[in-house]
Amino acid sequence: MLKTFRIGGIHPPENKLSGHKAIENIPLPAQAIVFLSQHIGVPAVPVVEKGDQVRVGTLLAKSGGFVSSNIHSPVSGKIFKIDSVADSSGYKRPAVLINVEGDVWEDTIDRTDTLKKECHFSSKEILEKIAVAGIVGMGGATFPTQVKLLPPPGTKAEVLIINGVECEPYLTSDHALMLEKGEEIMVGISILMKAVLVDRAIIGIENNKKDALELFEKLSRNYPGITVQSLKVQYPQGGEKQLIDALIRRQVPGGKLPVAVGAIVQNVATAYAVYEAVQKNKPLIERVVTITGKKLGKPCNVRARIGTPVGELIDYAGGMPDGTAKIILGGPMMGKALTGTEIPVGKGSSGVLLIPSPEAQRKEMRNCIRCAKCVSACPMGLIPSYLMSLMEFNELKLAAKNAITDCIECGSCSYICPANRPLLDYIRLGKGKVIKK
Amino acid sequence: MLKQLIVSPSPHIHSGDSIEKKMYGVFVALIPAFLVSLLYFGLGALIVTAVSIASCVLFEFLIQKFLIKGKITIFDGSAILTGLLLAFNLPSNLPVWIVVIGASVAIGIGKMSFGGLGNNIFNPALVGRVFLLISFPAQMTTWPEPGFFPVTYADATTGATTLAMMKAHFGVLPSFVSMTLGKMGGSLGEVSAIALILGFVYMLWKKIITWHIPVSIVGTVFIFFTIVISAHTGEFAVKFPLYQVFSGGLLLGAIFMATDYVTSPMSKKGMLIYGFGIGILTSVIRRYGSYPEGVSFAVLIMNALTPLINTYFKPKRFGEVVKNG
Repeated sequence: MLKTFRIGGIHPPENKLSGHKAIENIPLPAQAIVFLSQHIGVPAVPVVEKGDQVRVGTLLAKSGGFVSSNIHSPVSGKIFKIDSVADSSGYKRPAVLINVEGDVWEDTIDRTDTLKKECHFSSKEILEKIAVAGIVGMGGATFPTQVKLLPPPGTKAEVLIINGVECEPYLTSDHALMLEKGEEIMVGISILMKAVLVDRAIIGIENNKKDALELFEKLSRNYPGITVQSLKVQYPQGGEKQLIDALIRRQVPGGKLPVAVGAIVQNVATAYAVYEAVQKNKPLIERVVTITGKKLGKPCNVRARIGTPVGELIDYAGGMPDGTAKIILGGPMMGKALTGTEIPVGKGSSGVLLIPSPEAQRKEMRNCIRCAKCVSACPMGLIPSYLMSLMEFNELKLAAKNAITDCIECGSCSYICPANRPLLDYIRLGKGKVIKK
Repeated sequence: MLKQLIVSPSPHIHSGDSIEKKMYGVFVALIPAFLVSLLYFGLGALIVTAVSIASCVLFEFLIQKFLIKGKITIFDGSAILTGLLLAFNLPSNLPVWIVVIGASVAIGIGKMSFGGLGNNIFNPALVGRVFLLISFPAQMTTWPEPGFFPVTYADATTGATTLAMMKAHFGVLPSFVSMTLGKMGGSLGEVSAIALILGFVYMLWKKIITWHIPVSIVGTVFIFFTIVISAHTGEFAVKFPLYQVFSGGLLLGAIFMATDYVTSPMSKKGMLIYGFGIGILTSVIRRYGSYPEGVSFAVLIMNALTPLINTYFKPKRFGEVVKNG
């Protein structure tokens, strides 16, 4: 039976233009831009200097605190400079710029394709290896994985949930990875189970990826404890709290972590990165990215090094179509609109989406007609229209009382609003203000 | 590539839904009922409807152009819909000048004085209708006999509504079949149960409204009269409660008037309570009040309570009640 989450949800057109396309390796960029903060938390501290020669996998920057992550060189060559350049948020942030020379890898990395199933490491050793490899949540949230796998004292994980939902329209990078690296992902999941000391894992995959469902059902027969659950297509099912609700019928209370209901959630791409880190000694230096757009010549899934400017990805996929008005890093619902093509792929970049002119423009905002579409769409059971009015009058206390901080910023309310009201813009602002207070 | 990129916060796509789509969706849902009224009330129905819509749009235009001096929004469909719904709540032989007064009150007082679409507390069409009912009680309660594409207008032969007959215990009640088809006296849009239910199904299918408000209103009225009549006569009554549901403005009110977005609650729980309130008030007015008909008053009273319902009946938040397993 198909499962799904219990509150709200929408179903935007899927537009999976690059579905069922094999992953292609994209040529190396001439210069890689590697940000020191590609994760939530403290930026990493650089350990290289201008002029240093680096190889693929050389540590560029060390984790800067508990919630932080190592950054490795995705290319080989010479450090051009360490400077502040604009990132996907539009703000200037410190980054290491590397002029690419050849493709020389660190010797410790096992570059072969042979599947390595056996893992003899202890939980602690696995967590250590994940931390060293600089792995973060690759679904977009980019929370350092070793931290997420270590529940706070007094809590205990019962089940590992693997997110293969990919509910964002257009994106197919996880789907492509699941089809090509199924066995590796299964090993990655087993390693994660060992790391968090649970004997049960559930992989949630939406019903629009039948081939991936079939494959994983077949694979899971050889992995006791791992089951696959097919899910009804519904956005935002890939949201951590929604996925937990869909799979194990437990709702994480507001302000709490998933482990409060005994669950730890990891993305399939993260599971694959964990496999590579633990079994192949490979740090997180590349990822699968979907390059897509209705007018794009060749929508595709590519394996790109971190730090490759999105412009090179777009050129690979047929070049920038005429009339492109918005470049989005990520999906159309939660991704970030970029200020230029020089901005690079980061650890959490699952896609590059090009939106042509009329669609990229927001329509004029009208009066709220209280149709309650946003109320039915909100997966957190909030009242977006009311929260927006509260923020128009800067009513922070009432907004806090009405759980504005529960908002997961999925964008369903703004998407559905017939009056084109920028509900999420106001709620996002309000969230920030309420949290600061 | 363009020289300038658009940079805005997510989400970057929109459903394409609009106020117009919603309004014209309701418009389409009202077409069956309008065709039935043309069939039974002919020219009169056409004149009243045309005048009502035209004057609602005109008044909105005049107010926006000369009083507010703001944006003209007459094409968002809401003034047209108010006009159509007002006409549906009027007898088809109502003189044109009374229709115009009704439209001016509906738009001027019911809608624009509150700040236009989205800000009004009461359903504008019902404000207009109730104003006329109180100001012109004679004209508002004289109904033409249903004919077959009649071309007479104001001088048509008149008859009583089913509810009035039931209330005063006179006349021959129409058969159940003519009631569902709409061959009975009444306001021009309220007579045919089948046409109204067809509109209801269309709006459910198009996800314009949910079932909560109409079903809770009709259910409450039916159960109320089943209990009251059964207790009164000492035997289980079904016919009279059914007549209550299928006659008068109940279905029109429950499906099209009470479900007005602006003036009805936003949470499902709130909608059920609102519907229950309308059902009880309608039943009490019909059974114990001096008017045979009570839907308009019931809806307006519950409109006034809507902000309160919105405050106390919010949707269930995620994680509020943790159900394990």
